[in-house]
Amino acid sequence: MHFRARASAAAADRALQAKLSTAKALFVEGRRRAVAEIDLEATREASRAIRDTCVADLDLWLERFETEATRRGGQVLWARDGAEICRLVTEIARRHGVKKAIKSKSMLSEEAGLNAALEAAGVVPVETDLGEYILQINGNETPSHIIAPAIHKTKEEVAELFERVHGKPRKTEIGQMTREAREVLREHFLSADMGISGGNFLVAETGSVALVTNEGNGRMVTTLPRVHVVVTGVEKVIPTLEDLATLMRILPRSATGQVISNYFSLLTGTRRPGDSDGPEHLYFILVDNGRVDLLGGDFQPMLRCIRCAACLNHCPVYQTVGGHAYGWVYPGPMGSVLTPLFVGIENAVDLPQAATLCNQCGAVCPVKIPLPDLMRKLREQQMERGLRPPGERLLLALWGWLARHPRLYAPAARLGARYLKWLAGGGDRIRVLGLAPAWTEGRDFPAPQGRTFRELYAKRQGQ
Amino acid sequence: MGDMGDSRDDILGRMRRRLGRTAENATAGRAAIDAVLARRAQGPRPDVGQDLLARFIARAETAASTVDTVACLAEAPAAVARYLDAQKLPRAAVAWPELAGLDWAGAGLDVGCRAATGEDLTGITGVFCAVAETGSLMVLSGPETPASTSLLPETHIALVPASRIVAGMEEAWQLIRHAAGELPRAVNFISGPSRTGDIEQTLVLGAHGPYRVHIVVVSGQ
Repeated sequence: MHFRARASAAAADRALQAKLSTAKALFVEGRRRAVAEIDLEATREASRAIRDTCVADLDLWLERFETEATRRGGQVLWARDGAEICRLVTEIARRHGVKKAIKSKSMLSEEAGLNAALEAAGVVPVETDLGEYILQINGNETPSHIIAPAIHKTKEEVAELFERVHGKPRKTEIGQMTREAREVLREHFLSADMGISGGNFLVAETGSVALVTNEGNGRMVTTLPRVHVVVTGVEKVIPTLEDLATLMRILPRSATGQVISNYFSLLTGTRRPGDSDGPEHLYFILVDNGRVDLLGGDFQPMLRCIRCAACLNHCPVYQTVGGHAYGWVYPGPMGSVLTPLFVGIENAVDLPQAATLCNQCGAVCPVKIPLPDLMRKLREQQMERGLRPPGERLLLALWGWLARHPRLYAPAARLGARYLKWLAGGGDRIRVLGLAPAWTEGRDFPAPQGRTFRELYAKRQGQ
Repeated sequence: MGDMGDSRDDILGRMRRRLGRTAENATAGRAAIDAVLARRAQGPRPDVGQDLLARFIARAETAASTVDTVACLAEAPAAVARYLDAQKLPRAAVAWPELAGLDWAGAGLDVGCRAATGEDLTGITGVFCAVAETGSLMVLSGPETPASTSLLPETHIALVPASRIVAGMEEAWQLIRHAAGELPRAVNFISGPSRTGDIEQTLVLGAHGPYRVHIVVVSGQ
């Protein structure tokens, strides 16, 4: 099923709309309050500069990170794609005799389909972020939001799922359900041999990974098992601890509207002599999976992204159709840019079109990614590669030709304005647009008054 | 992991080609990296005011921690006992070995100074320092300060010397660089009880970590 079909179904789903609008109010209002106490524009600009510094010399910064991480007992591995992530993680699991792996949220694990690979290798993967856990026990459903993965579920759906899977009496309160999940997952935390996490940032200065969570599962995953594997994109490196402080002022505020996330961990190397907790083995898997191809081109700014989800939360399209409509790991405006770049422009033709280009996403982006510009750039590439429907291409070619011939453009525009007025039949709305009926499937087209701008302007000049 | 080296070389090689890397600009680029790392430039910072203690307490309470104050460290065990009684919690806890010198038994508490297990209901820690800007506790892992103490128990009680409250995360990093030199395995910033909003975006305190964080500020020595 393609974006159009999924989006149409989602747009008609009243229950989904209600859930999305509650979440939107919380995230948007929360962000607005949280950014009010910092110099937002200066912090955005500083954050953009930090990310650009590393992306512009990414090879050199990664070499530095690798040196520092290795010096402190970490082992740095590299993965070209999802299959290689799966191979590396299952090999590590085999080497250390791992039977169970606990996971804190990692979008790269979703990119790679890591859970299926672990299961195939005889390792039980357990998602421990409450939202991810809910989706995992519901037949490995995919997330619909990058920081609130189960945003599309009601508490009744969760209650029913828990009753079925946990075999305990049905709960009615969200607090009780959370407690039940805590007890189930606590057993897994204490019995797992391996922890798998993503990474919010890699710090070159110290060879560390920074991890933010609210639930505390990130701390469990990186404290209790004897093996810790960090799976993260190659673009996540930043220079110093001071830069980390700056980015931590903007990431939680942009994401959940928090001044700081509950737990913010900076993890460096393995268990030290005398330590009673912490992993004995630490692996970093630095992943390409399409990222390297963005370097040095029009889409390099996308590599600044810190996965905060502010662009989803503020997007009128995401707020109408939800995350599943986007069809892959990343939804919303950042997904509309990343998905075609990662899976191929020809495999996600609708996504760059799934935007009004209103720039709410660009305006809230903490690292100032010009998301609408990048979507427009993708649209251009679709046109150049002949991926748009023939009718659309013909229409645009015609318009382009007319626009270069002003003497013909003026009468054509006059004709068009009068035709549309006639089509409205004296009313102010057009119910079915003859040349582009799809446009009026879900809405009316406002009727023009019958004269072109130029005509009105000429008349005004004449007065 | 036979062809691991291939992936590394392939990924870095393609990066170098796309970024137009040459031997000359690599040398210049590495020098620029050294300069950035040496400069440790700070970004824009919010004003946290002069009274760091007041700011810390206000922000800690905003993050749903509770705060008590005692005059000196010797009074801390009694304050812990008072809190546990008020919460109707057992007078038993696990504490950082670093805090073994305090007279816990004298306050009527059964305190074991070791790493926490899944069975411990209350964990008592100190802090490396605390951050006024966000009301956060900063704890470092180590033999005397296990990370599990602030994580596994349902209640976390932290003793915070007022003299260890710093303005922001930047000052906290400076303190670590001067005191410890090298970073410990884990630096954790804790800002209130663990929480989740994953079901209907409704905030619930007590997800996987503690349900309660109680801070005892020690204003004198």
